[in-house]
Amino acid sequence: MPSHGDHGANAETSSAAAQSDVMISFDNVDKSWGENHVLKKLNFHVKPAEKVSIIGPSGSGKTTILRILMTLENPDEGVVTVDGDELWNVERGRRIRRETKQMKLTRRKIGMVFQQFNLFPHLSALQNVMEAPVRVLGMSKDEAHERAKELLDMVGLGEHLNHKPPKLSGGQQQRVAIARAMAMRPKVMLFDEVTSALDPELVGDVLDVIRDLATSTDMTMLLVTHEMRFAEEISDRVVMFDNGVAVEQGPPHKIFKDPDNDRTRQFLRAVLEH
Amino acid sequence: MTVDWSWHAVAEAFPLLLRGLVVTLEITVLAALLSYVLGLVFAVIRMSRIPVLSQLTFLFIEAVRSTPLLVQVFMFYYVLQSQTGILLSAFLSGVIVIGVHYACYTSEVYRAGIEAVPKGQWEAATALNLPRGRVWTSVILPQAVPRVLPALGNYTIAMFKETPLLLGIGVLEMLNRAKEYGAETFRVLEAYTLAGVFFLVISYIASVMVRRLESRVGTL
Repeated sequence: MPSHGDHGANAETSSAAAQSDVMISFDNVDKSWGENHVLKKLNFHVKPAEKVSIIGPSGSGKTTILRILMTLENPDEGVVTVDGDELWNVERGRRIRRETKQMKLTRRKIGMVFQQFNLFPHLSALQNVMEAPVRVLGMSKDEAHERAKELLDMVGLGEHLNHKPPKLSGGQQQRVAIARAMAMRPKVMLFDEVTSALDPELVGDVLDVIRDLATSTDMTMLLVTHEMRFAEEISDRVVMFDNGVAVEQGPPHKIFKDPDNDRTRQFLRAVLEH
Repeated sequence: MTVDWSWHAVAEAFPLLLRGLVVTLEITVLAALLSYVLGLVFAVIRMSRIPVLSQLTFLFIEAVRSTPLLVQVFMFYYVLQSQTGILLSAFLSGVIVIGVHYACYTSEVYRAGIEAVPKGQWEAATALNLPRGRVWTSVILPQAVPRVLPALGNYTIAMFKETPLLLGIGVLEMLNRAKEYGAETFRVLEAYTLAGVFFLVISYIASVMVRRLESRVGTL
């Protein structure tokens, strides 16, 4: 088990120099929403195949990290790379081009699962999973169909291939959404509070699927979550975010059992009491 | 005052007006199709924020919505012809002007329908890397269009009721037929009443159908 202590907020590993060792890098990334400074000069690096959970109070900038990676938001400043390629390179005050070719290519390596599932409601579960492989990867319909079936089987929805999302429970929808993202064979998967919108009894099935992915694939996974026990169980590293800053990070047993930072302690006390 | 009503005149005018009604319906259907397609194009152009083109489309829509349809009919049929020499039939001119005019309204309907599609749908499409065009055709429009069908239906009824304006450029639609019959026989009461009844019956039936559609789409 490698030590993760050297993954601190220092950015001495430049992404170009140590390409193979860094899947995701944020260097001096800054983002504000008006008065709300959600990311303050963030330096954050994730190794290939690493599973990182991001915890912290809401509004602390956790989700913004994922959204910048998915190019749903742009940073105000800083450099973000994925698998050695630049996704963002923003100088403060410079106008941002919404989308570059590089961005599109790099984005293909990333998949995302959303809090609100965001399935296409007019398409069946199967079609939801097939759409992107056919349209983006140019997979034949037969092949995409086979693969979609496998993936839906894997997430336990082999019986619901032809159901449309409104006929499925929240937990089932979220599992379809995971299958849909997996169909693009991403190197990096982003999970944005994927169980927060679910009824408590439906959370387990979704977490089971993510746990399977975490243990059986070498995908790099970044999870923003409020499921502390789950984060502790599956993560290689946990990052505590507060007020736009990674206040503490380390292996899960350290963060959850013996945190150094006061804010981490307060936060964990507050969430674990419930 | 006694009303001089002749059923004989009604019977005589009926087939004439029916022929006019066919023209009225043809114009309505063609103009409606034009407005459905063009309105969608306008809406997508505006919402895609294509530089220059989006602004021009916006200005065009504002101009059309701020001037009377009859003025546009005259401008298109008489002025365009006299200035450019392009000769289009009155029928075709009517279809184009009504279709384009209403496209400026249907584009607003589409816009509202498109904006009603949750932002998460765009985000999911982006996350899957679907190409821009695909996002529209596979994700956004299939969700937006069913919601706008009732409003398109209502505008279609409005177009139907606007066709008599084309009398101004000599299209032989239903009102023009009634006018013709009235002028020949001096039986204006029967002719215009009959035209009014045709409009009333068809518009009413159509609006009942639209309301049904509305309740169906609403429960989707």
